Amino acid sequence: MTIAATLAPSAELPAGNLTEPPAGRPVPAVELSRVSVTFGQAGDSVAALAETNLRIHEGEFLALVGPSGCGKSTILRLVGGLIQPTEGVVILGGREVAARALRIGMAFQNPTMLPWLTIEQNIMLPLKIVEPFRSQFRKEKRGAFRDKAHDLLAQVGLKGFAGKFPWQLSGGMLQRANLCRALIHEPRMLMLDEPFGALDQFTREELWAIMQKMWLAHKPTVLLVTHDLREAAFLGTRICVMSARPGRIVDDAPVTFPRPRTIAMTFEPEFVALNQRLRSLIVEARSGAPAPEETP
Amino acid sequence: MKKLFNRQRARSFGLIVLFFVGWEVGCLLSGMSDLILPRPSQVFATMFQRMPILWPHILQTLMTTMIGFALGVALGVFLGAVIGVSRTAYETAYPLLIGFSSIPKVAVVPIFVLWFGSGTVPAVLTALSICFFPIVVNIATGLATTEPELEDVLKALGASKLDILWNVGLPRTMPFFFASLKVAVTYAFVGTVLSETVASNRGIGNVMMTASSNFNVPMVFAGLFILAGMGVALYVVFSLIESRVTGWANRKNDFAAA
Repeated sequence: MTIAATLAPSAELPAGNLTEPPAGRPVPAVELSRVSVTFGQAGDSVAALAETNLRIHEGEFLALVGPSGCGKSTILRLVGGLIQPTEGVVILGGREVAARALRIGMAFQNPTMLPWLTIEQNIMLPLKIVEPFRSQFRKEKRGAFRDKAHDLLAQVGLKGFAGKFPWQLSGGMLQRANLCRALIHEPRMLMLDEPFGALDQFTREELWAIMQKMWLAHKPTVLLVTHDLREAAFLGTRICVMSARPGRIVDDAPVTFPRPRTIAMTFEPEFVALNQRLRSLIVEARSGAPAPEETP
Repeated sequence: MKKLFNRQRARSFGLIVLFFVGWEVGCLLSGMSDLILPRPSQVFATMFQRMPILWPHILQTLMTTMIGFALGVALGVFLGAVIGVSRTAYETAYPLLIGFSSIPKVAVVPIFVLWFGSGTVPAVLTALSICFFPIVVNIATGLATTEPELEDVLKALGASKLDILWNVGLPRTMPFFFASLKVAVTYAFVGTVLSETVASNRGIGNVMMTASSNFNVPMVFAGLFILAGMGVALYVVFSLIESRVTGWANRKNDFAAA
């Protein structure tokens, strides 16, 4: 089994959609319509996200960039069902997000391994929670599930670390394990919140390559929040740029470099030009100046 | 793993021996009457001579304490979980709990005696009422301070509240729980003995009351020593369980390099 093989092809949609799409148009994997999020009580509230519309299609690798505090993570947490929109609707695979139509895998910048479990047990955690694995967990935790966890670990270069506790691993190793945990339950939708943010350049690039390989094989829908523009351009099929708080999407453009992309490509002129364009957009967004509308 | 007899243990043991030797010598030199402060050698002698008589009382006190403690743990974990899971419950129930815990338990014993007569029942209840509070507070604090990031891992998977409590909240709370158990088990002894001195004809508390009214001071001290011994023994038992269950939280000492 390869990493890629653990991601089920996300072509089929759950039966019984609540909101049927108009005939002839595919249901987007994720749809945010007129979503805004406000934190805190009235009078002391912070608008994190202004009326945002966003569609992510099946198999798309969407990278979301923007100045810090602009609501990138808020979008991700909305889609992951960790917070509710103050206004608007989040629809996931044709259903409201609370209905849990899609299996989601999530990885945050902080690896958040549970310190009382071994790496192997941490990685198997989604299997303990998510059906259909949940009902077989007792039976398979020493069998098939364990093999699965070991396979994944081997593929991110953590062979032999299954029995270690999280505090015995370095940050980079934990982040690799974190990716394994996000993938083990074969999610159709992968939410990555700056998963490589705290890593050194070389580890980061290595994990980009693993990530790309995995995505190429089965094309899950991915939403990647990042502040690394090279990362966005290397991994994404499409990049959305957000404005400063309250965030809204000010630029939305596809990335057309051929796959598989290599690290060397990130130093070629077109790639650098894209980075510079993204950078100037974010600089504008930070300063609060109106960003130019661009239609890709 | 640590060796059974390392330097630290030798030092602790030495201090205990020194304490008793100092006491013995001090009494001998000052010519202290054993009606006021008996020498430790007298106390130990009394303890061993009277062991056949003391033994049923030791068992009685131990049993009462353990029943009260077990009930206290059950009640404490339940209340702590209820209070710790919900912020509203935490803020609503806290003042009432503080109120209960600030009542001196001596004042409660007569009420228990009034309701249940003298003997084992009021002793169990006193032990329970005195030992459950630290458990409630620790469980509630442990749950309430669980890092939201840890919970998010499960929430993103669509886990239910119960799943999160079982897989994150409770394991995360274990170090707090065991810290409170060690305190609670000694509190439970206090409760039992308190009730036995007031309203019982069995148990170490009662033995000490009777001995002191007969001016049998070495016997009173023998009771004290027995209580201290049982307290230490139970503390050790829970420390051992703790180090097995929550070793992940105490890795500072025996882990040097990654």
